[in-house]
Amino acid sequence: MSYQWNWGVFLQPSASGDDTYLGWLITGLKWTVTLSLSAWVIALIVGSIIGVLRTVPNRWLSGFATCYVEAFRNVPLLVQLFSWYFVLPELLPPALGNAFKQSDPLWQQFFSAMLCLGLFTSARVAEQVRSGINSLPRGQKAAGLAMGFTLPQVYRYVLTPMAFRIILPPLTSEFLNIFKNSAVATTIGLIELSRQAQQLVDYTAQPYEAFIAVTVMYLLINVTVMFLMRRLEEKVRVPGFIGGK
Amino acid sequence: MYAFDWTSIPGAIPLLAKGMLITFEVTMTAIIVGIVWGTLLAIARLGNNVVLSKLAATYVNLFRSVPLVMVILWFYLIVPQGLKAIFGDDIGDIRLTSALVAFALFEAAYYSEIIRAGIQSVSKGQAAAGLALGFTPGQTMRLIVLPQAFRNMTPLLLTQAIILFQDTSLVYVIGLSDFFGTAYKVGDRDGRLVELLLFAGVIYFVICFSASLLVKRLQARFAK
Repeated sequence: MSYQWNWGVFLQPSASGDDTYLGWLITGLKWTVTLSLSAWVIALIVGSIIGVLRTVPNRWLSGFATCYVEAFRNVPLLVQLFSWYFVLPELLPPALGNAFKQSDPLWQQFFSAMLCLGLFTSARVAEQVRSGINSLPRGQKAAGLAMGFTLPQVYRYVLTPMAFRIILPPLTSEFLNIFKNSAVATTIGLIELSRQAQQLVDYTAQPYEAFIAVTVMYLLINVTVMFLMRRLEEKVRVPGFIGGK
Repeated sequence: MYAFDWTSIPGAIPLLAKGMLITFEVTMTAIIVGIVWGTLLAIARLGNNVVLSKLAATYVNLFRSVPLVMVILWFYLIVPQGLKAIFGDDIGDIRLTSALVAFALFEAAYYSEIIRAGIQSVSKGQAAAGLALGFTPGQTMRLIVLPQAFRNMTPLLLTQAIILFQDTSLVYVIGLSDFFGTAYKVGDRDGRLVELLLFAGVIYFVICFSASLLVKRLQARFAK
């Protein structure tokens, strides 16, 4: 095989003229990070609520939360993404659906991908939150109630603060997953990192350089997230629990 | 209100079944190769050879930090060129081959982490007893440690297989017509994307949900 390596390709002006190919990659990186972080906010909020609901002593609420988790965990991410992007606008009331379809395509892609990734990950976060709450000694809840806290107060002041500190390590890996899963947005055309890798192959005919550069960027994201989360874990770990001192 | 029209599904059943066959082919290959290769990686990683252990760790960490979409695209780039170098230009449809290789090698990294934890969960005394009885290290691993490890981790391996089954839908990025790819194409052709996507979602849900219920029952039986 005689492959012509050409790393200088990244500094060449891109096909659109106003940017370099390196600039394209940076744009892709920005979209990947923006998408993942905004989806993570949704995942944390929704996941915490659903996770708490799974543990409450009300059959309807916990049943609803269980259905939610099972639905999002047993359908492939790609099918979910296509459902948000292609199916939902059709099923909405016509006025709303048309407004969505007439908006900026980039905004449509970003919004669908964010909602999809956020809710997909929320089901996983919910499972962690539930197992965190269940891992607490039963006495904690009983003590809270005996002190005269209401049930919501027990969750607010006793159970969830402990649970979140315990489940931080598994949450870290979900946080890493959301960056990796964001690559699926390439299928609906969002110009995140993987899409830019494919575009670079089309435009520059230097597939190896493009793929290596993008892979390195994903590795960098990974290393950065792990470094930051490690520091956070050290800060908040609970003395006496696994990983604590 | 959207007017549903499900009539394009019955006619497409043979096509969809063919797609499902591809999905299962990719899943089964990845499970089998993944577990075998993953076991070797796990043993290498836990072994005394520093070089092998570092190599295995690098392999696993690399695959686990890169999105599956990128891995599939990578192998779609590498595998055809490799095949061309060996067999010349006449290699037929390389999408399936690329997908099989990508999933097998990718899943091995995930399986190896499960298997490593499984091996570590077997108490040290078991291996020590094996060695004391005169088994070689290889025999100890094969006859004493691995059987117990696999028994402990069967539920996790199966759960990973369910995740893998869902992930195979990502072969969409290289245009391979698995179950999901076929459903999408049929929906696109007939202008019935909504129905076909919902149908595909329901089928995936039914398969994965029943499989995970089975795993749960198995787990309960193992825990006794």
